[in-house]
Amino acid sequence: MSYVDEAYYAELVSSFADWSGEAIADAALRERCRMLLEREARLLDQGRFDDWLALYSAQCVYWVPGTPGGDPRREVAVAFDDRRRLEDRIYRLRTGHAWSQAPASRTVRLVGNVEVFPWKEEVLRVRSNFLVSDLRTGETRFWSGWCGHRLRPREGRYEIEVRQVNLIDCDQNLRNPSLIL
Amino acid sequence: MNTSTFFEGLVREDRVHRSIYTDAAIFEREMTHVFGAVWVYLAHESQIPRNDDYVAARLGLRPLILVRDAEGKIRALYNRCTHRGARVCRQERGNARTFQCAYHGWTYFNTGRLRGVPWPEGYACDFKDGQFNLAQVPRVESYRGFIFGTLNLEAPSLENYLGGISGQIDQWLDRHPGGKVEVREANRLKFKGNWKLAYDNAADGYHVVFSHRSLLEMENRTQQDPTKGMSFYMGKPDEAPMYVQAFAHGHHFKDKRPGIDKRPGALWEKEAPHPGMAFFEKKIRDRLGTGAGRALDLAAAEAVNINVFPNLSILGNHIQVFQPLAVDETDTTWYATAVCDEAGELGGAAEDVNALRLRTQEAFPNFGEVDDAVNFEEIQRGLAACEDEWVYMHRGLGVPGRVRTEPDGSLKAPATDEVFMRCHMKEWQRLMASEPKISVLR
Repeated sequence: MSYVDEAYYAELVSSFADWSGEAIADAALRERCRMLLEREARLLDQGRFDDWLALYSAQCVYWVPGTPGGDPRREVAVAFDDRRRLEDRIYRLRTGHAWSQAPASRTVRLVGNVEVFPWKEEVLRVRSNFLVSDLRTGETRFWSGWCGHRLRPREGRYEIEVRQVNLIDCDQNLRNPSLIL
Repeated sequence: MNTSTFFEGLVREDRVHRSIYTDAAIFEREMTHVFGAVWVYLAHESQIPRNDDYVAARLGLRPLILVRDAEGKIRALYNRCTHRGARVCRQERGNARTFQCAYHGWTYFNTGRLRGVPWPEGYACDFKDGQFNLAQVPRVESYRGFIFGTLNLEAPSLENYLGGISGQIDQWLDRHPGGKVEVREANRLKFKGNWKLAYDNAADGYHVVFSHRSLLEMENRTQQDPTKGMSFYMGKPDEAPMYVQAFAHGHHFKDKRPGIDKRPGALWEKEAPHPGMAFFEKKIRDRLGTGAGRALDLAAAEAVNINVFPNLSILGNHIQVFQPLAVDETDTTWYATAVCDEAGELGGAAEDVNALRLRTQEAFPNFGEVDDAVNFEEIQRGLAACEDEWVYMHRGLGVPGRVRTEPDGSLKAPATDEVFMRCHMKEWQRLMASEPKISVLR
């Protein structure tokens, strides 16, 4: 569990820094990526955290910057989870004593505007927009923004090695950000 | 009605009335009689390091521009155009010598002085008159980087206001190279509840094993015996060596250090795993050898809570600020801090320490504070039951031997005691029944 080092941080930040290039014009590839993102959204809506985590590589990061594009080497993030902390996050939600999610949020996620961009070699970057409707204790709230996924092909499928969740209100005070976005 | 009697009726020795958390008129009075009357924390100097830097701040509900002017003087300007009242600065931070109102173009220097208005010949008045300058907080002072302001000309000096709690701030700072820290963004949370619910919680050692049960379980999930994180609360926290201490003016302190080995590196060993731990810990140990313990302890959460009434709570490595927005809405902003080692006390390891320290600071807001915040919201919901009038804070009251008076007049008790709440509520009551001499400078 020692993959988060200086080189990892540098690669992480640079891979999400620039979206100015052209998306890959390949409808089949885009459909494949879209299916992965929609499956991810459904598994989270269903609370199937083991199945959700199985979409991720062993050396993954789930990252919610606290400022637009914020650099995790320089500042704290809303969330910055390596595989270990992501397992912690799920463990905590399952204790039954994580009061911020007891009762749990009822959610539906919409994923759209999916575009696929090249990264290095066979690794892809996927950019998509999201809207999460979050019902908890009688109130519905909305989370919105865009995601950057970094996908790596492995044994005939794409694994998520990084998911960067860019909340449009990432630098504002957030009410109960205890769900996995 | 006699205001003294009224507020005496709301704050009893052992309990407070629900309305102090729910009544909009009481909230409105707090904005002058509490937030207008005492020294309120505004920002940290590291947020405005250069001349002409500014950051948005608030004093109660008043929008402020906290600026370091061209001569380096820190000022808290009202972010309110003298003409029609619009906010003249709409950015959260930046560097500017002047602020121009976007509505009619009135322009002010960052000293607050009016620079000019468009087509002044249309006015009969003299704009050199100070009455058209931006209002500003008349007293702004720093304590070792922490900037406070008060509108009350009769308030004691900041040093006297802080009193005994300043010694705890000193200890917290002095563990860092150069005795200082810098702010590195924040975990920003909000809850639908009254601001005092957060301040009541700030030194509460009674809630920890219940409200944070999931965090304690998570931190120790791979341990044979729980030794990580806040495990010192487990068992019988009443009998643990940690304590809570209540000072004058509503400040308080919770010290969990007596339950932790004093050996350098022992605090770090209590940290549960965090991203980057394996790599950066090894790098620091390779670089510093036997001196690595002190450096690593700086990446671990310091085991104290230092609470300065009404809106500042220094805990772990965070500078937490309570910002009331409405009677039932509060922002709690957990500013992360980093070490800044100008003299090289850490042998070049400062940025590696920060690489760990930023990650450790994300843990509590993510896995702890979110649960407290919903508990605060559930109090606010529960208090809608209007016939059930009282909220109790009498743990330890009248139990022989629990609360001791220290030579400096502060009160010390086991960390699960609510004596600190009783003390700040008494101060709140005194302030709400008093008439502060509030003024602004122009």
